[in-house]
Amino acid sequence: MEPAIEVKDLTKNYGEITAVDHIDFRVRKREIFGFLGPNGAGKTTTIRILTGVIKPDSGTAAIMGYNILKEPLKAKQIISVVPEMANAYIDLTAWQNLMLIGELYGVLKEERQERAGHLLKEIGLYERRNQLARGFSKGMKQKLILCMALLTEPQVLFLDEPTSGLDVESARLIRDTIRQYNKDGTTIFLSTHNMEEANQLCDRIAIINHGKIAAIDNPEKLRMKSSGLKSVEASFNKPVSTNELSKIPNVLEAKKKGDKIRLYTDEPHGVINALMDYARSKGLTIISLNTLAPTLEDVFIKLIKEHKGD
Amino acid sequence: MSGSPFLEQLKRAFAIAKKDLRIYYKRGPVVIFGLITPLFLFLAFSIGRNMPIESLFTGLLGMTIFFSSMSIGPAIVPFEARSRTLERLVSTPVSVWALFIGDVIASFLYGLLISVVPIVIGLVFGVNIVSPLILCLGTILAAFCFASFGILLSAYPPTDIPSTVMMISTLVKFPLVFISGVFIPISGWGRIIASFSPLTYFTDLVNHCTQGNSYYSVFVDFAALIGFTLLFLVAAIKIHEKTLPERLS
Repeated sequence: MEPAIEVKDLTKNYGEITAVDHIDFRVRKREIFGFLGPNGAGKTTTIRILTGVIKPDSGTAAIMGYNILKEPLKAKQIISVVPEMANAYIDLTAWQNLMLIGELYGVLKEERQERAGHLLKEIGLYERRNQLARGFSKGMKQKLILCMALLTEPQVLFLDEPTSGLDVESARLIRDTIRQYNKDGTTIFLSTHNMEEANQLCDRIAIINHGKIAAIDNPEKLRMKSSGLKSVEASFNKPVSTNELSKIPNVLEAKKKGDKIRLYTDEPHGVINALMDYARSKGLTIISLNTLAPTLEDVFIKLIKEHKGD
Repeated sequence: MSGSPFLEQLKRAFAIAKKDLRIYYKRGPVVIFGLITPLFLFLAFSIGRNMPIESLFTGLLGMTIFFSSMSIGPAIVPFEARSRTLERLVSTPVSVWALFIGDVIASFLYGLLISVVPIVIGLVFGVNIVSPLILCLGTILAAFCFASFGILLSAYPPTDIPSTVMMISTLVKFPLVFISGVFIPISGWGRIIASFSPLTYFTDLVNHCTQGNSYYSVFVDFAALIGFTLLFLVAAIKIHEKTLPERLS
């Protein structure tokens, strides 16, 4: 099956700095693809290339088979973008912003009016449709921008940090809307810092650092692949030394986490037994004991560290 | 998308023009350079001088259309680059040429609308327009020509500071007014310099329409205005195409 997005050997330099460094990936149709990375990793540059805002120095990118450099208008016709920086026209009303986008994508008048009304109601801005966007809060502006992106019923939707800096309710509404449109067939390309968001929403995740892809897989497999990130977390009735616990066989690292101690290991079962022996020998009582799978954040930090070491 | 791609893009250019007119007509630089400046220049040239009403009309109309058609254009691109709405426009399925033609259309319509004011004032004060059709066609063409010039002025340098562009455009506009014989008839070697200004040909056309005498023939005036329009339009689109990546980076 033809991918929704296909990127081959994409590179972009800004002077001496390589923002995107020969990256390759494919996004399947109807999937939510997460693009994770620290600040300056190349996420926004990649999105700006894929949405035709800037041109790469080398490599190719195709959206639903349309080469973004050779057939930019065809590619742009089927995509929409929610950029990182809010950029609705603040001197236009919410309604006028939506109508403008509809006209720029050639959506017929009746259709754009119907879709705009529906979207504004869905996102809770219908009552404020005739107000200038200038007076909107950050969350309201972001919702408006999402509506502007969805008005054209895109086949592929790019979102660059869509919930960054938003209150919990607005962020949840935006995530729910993304899920709903994906369910209805829209391919989602989501750039985010938020591990939990990526974990909840994405079918697959690419981790990018220094312009290079460090890993691509689904969140669960990424977690499972990461050796040394499983852990045993325990709390005791008395304070214990992390130095002593780190000497237990198969413990890779011991860290204090509040009133608990977390022991990183590849062998949780062996460590639990050793921990029980340790508690008995020291006359300690174990108050709680849990085994933990690695979080996506753990995987992310590990991959970024490994990548830095390359 | 339906219909011919060219017409479809032209429709989108009109959508951009509608947006520009809604947003920019009341912006400070537009009001100052499009309405107040020509009015003050007109007063500076006309007060205390015993000039025939036809000459005053030529000056007022020439300056009004020149300044108002060029007032919105230079402001749009730097404003939009700064507010990052330009990035949104570039990510939509609109060609670069359509994007800037939209800006030209907005400036053209604004200039044309404002130029109705001096024409009405002229008629009220008894200016006899002997060739109304030529005046109408000339005004439309001149407004489009100056609007294209305005967009060209915003093409370089690729800055996102509107005041920088307005300053550069003022530096270019004022000398053009002075060499174009808007108020003071030009003769001798001054004519050679005047021929480099598009405003000269519009002034000449208005003289033809109101006083029946002009330096060039009507055909030359129209040909020159068309030539300048094409030159400004092509140069504006080409330079903007080149500078757009720098503006967006």
